[in-house]
Amino acid sequence: MISVKIEELTKIYKRLFGKALKAVDHLTLSIEEGEIFGFLGPNGAGKTTTLKMLTGLLYPTSGKAWILEKEIKEIEPKKKIGFLPEHPSFYQHLSARELLHFYGAIFGIENGKRKKKIESLFALVGLEDVADQRIHSYSKGMIQRIGIAQSLINDPELVILDEPLSGLDPIGRKDVKDILLSLREEGKTVFFSTHILPDVEKICDRVGILIDGKLVKVGSLNELLKEEIKTIDITLSEIDEQILSEVRSLSAECIVKDRKVFLTIDSTKKVEQIQRVICRSNCRIISIIPQLKTLEEYFSHLVTHKDNKNRK
Amino acid sequence: MKVVTIALNTYRESIRDKVLYGLVLFSIIFIGASRILKPLTIGEELKVTKDMGLASISFFGLLIAVFIGTRLLYEEIEKKTIYTIISKPLKRWQFLLGKYIGLLLVILTVVIIMTLWIYLVLWLTTRTFDVTLLLGIFYIFLELMVITAISLFFSTFSTPIMSGLITFMLYFTGHLTRDILIFAELTKSRIVTIISHIIYFILPNLSNFNIKGEIVHKVPLETAFLLYSLSYGILYTIFLLLLSVIIFQKRDF
Repeated sequence: MISVKIEELTKIYKRLFGKALKAVDHLTLSIEEGEIFGFLGPNGAGKTTTLKMLTGLLYPTSGKAWILEKEIKEIEPKKKIGFLPEHPSFYQHLSARELLHFYGAIFGIENGKRKKKIESLFALVGLEDVADQRIHSYSKGMIQRIGIAQSLINDPELVILDEPLSGLDPIGRKDVKDILLSLREEGKTVFFSTHILPDVEKICDRVGILIDGKLVKVGSLNELLKEEIKTIDITLSEIDEQILSEVRSLSAECIVKDRKVFLTIDSTKKVEQIQRVICRSNCRIISIIPQLKTLEEYFSHLVTHKDNKNRK
Repeated sequence: MKVVTIALNTYRESIRDKVLYGLVLFSIIFIGASRILKPLTIGEELKVTKDMGLASISFFGLLIAVFIGTRLLYEEIEKKTIYTIISKPLKRWQFLLGKYIGLLLVILTVVIIMTLWIYLVLWLTTRTFDVTLLLGIFYIFLELMVITAISLFFSTFSTPIMSGLITFMLYFTGHLTRDILIFAELTKSRIVTIISHIIYFILPNLSNFNIKGEIVHKVPLETAFLLYSLSYGILYTIFLLLLSVIIFQKRDF
């Protein structure tokens, strides 16, 4: 089943003075049930605008979108989604427990069931000890955790998160990533935007890249990066001078340190040649590591390519 | 039910606001201070205490309606707390109505505290208990209901300072709308008369709710006038809430 279907969705911000801004430009995208979909793009690409349109905070200028087969302008799909906005903010004078009760009541969850759910959510996000403190005393990381808890209060089928990893320390980021993975295990669909790319590589099934409001690429990470080997790093030891000069001539980079030789090779053909050279000697191979193209490199390539095109 | 959830939450959040405590404290001091005027009020002490009591409910109620009312929506949008609410299965009118009722409950609580305090002061100073005072207070509350709707209406599209200024302006002109008609008739100009009639119908006619003088001086009030004022207050509020919903419905956040 398709969890999110977006067709030609466009948002134009009209300004009183000056040019109108096209934040999202004829976006067409679909997200399958049960997958973690990463929505990537530089700042101002239109990620937040798209998520806000899906959750009813913004009205699209044109185009349509469906969540769990119901059109977004209806109230029905909102019952099955959880939403965490970017830099969330909550009522300062309430405690986290009161806040979750409030959100639960909006969904019409009966009091007893709500209490149990809230306890399990506090355990999930690790806020049990501070649940009765007022929110104005919370740190940024704690606010993000309560934000995640509120997005799960209704046991949603689809969770939409806008930059859930931003502003968190490494432990916080790991915790959030673990939560996202556990949601997938429960069969939920996760649709989140981010610009922290190394995290995306570890958890996303598919990604979509949005630049200037347009969807530039969409697909699984393997498809996008095509497992392209960029370079191969070889580490050797116990090498004699003659062999060293031979391998050096075949390498893009050669560093000798602590009686070890670190080689960077830029083609697989040269690797084969180096292997043949090494076989003739008594030298020891410590490691051969292929360096794959990272998402970050792919992403910056796309953005700069688009920038150059715009300049022309 | 969702309206009630929003209303109770608005009440809980606003009742913990320090600004509110400050205003209530001031009003209590103000009512108590009517005792200071005792030497100037030979024989009229009862009337002065009642007068000051009603005036303070009206004045401090106005301050709360404007200060909290104009910030109510603006802060939700500015601080983005609205994001996690509008994205839930809730209609926008339910949110707006809930916010309005929540604030009205806050004002009602403050009015009740002040009323109890007035009765206590009256009992301690003059050993009297006057039930008719409650009628005056009810009409002050009705006026506050309209003012809260005005501040909520402006806060659907404007900043708190702007909405506050306009609401205060409307409060003062609202007590003079009948005079506008009288002045217009004196000018004997047809255009001025038409324009003043339009203004008279658009602006809130708050003098309808001002029965403080009659209550303090025990002047009898006509039931027809009281019923007219009651229905005017309710209809004017509904009209403003409808306009607010129309604007709020179209907003992007």
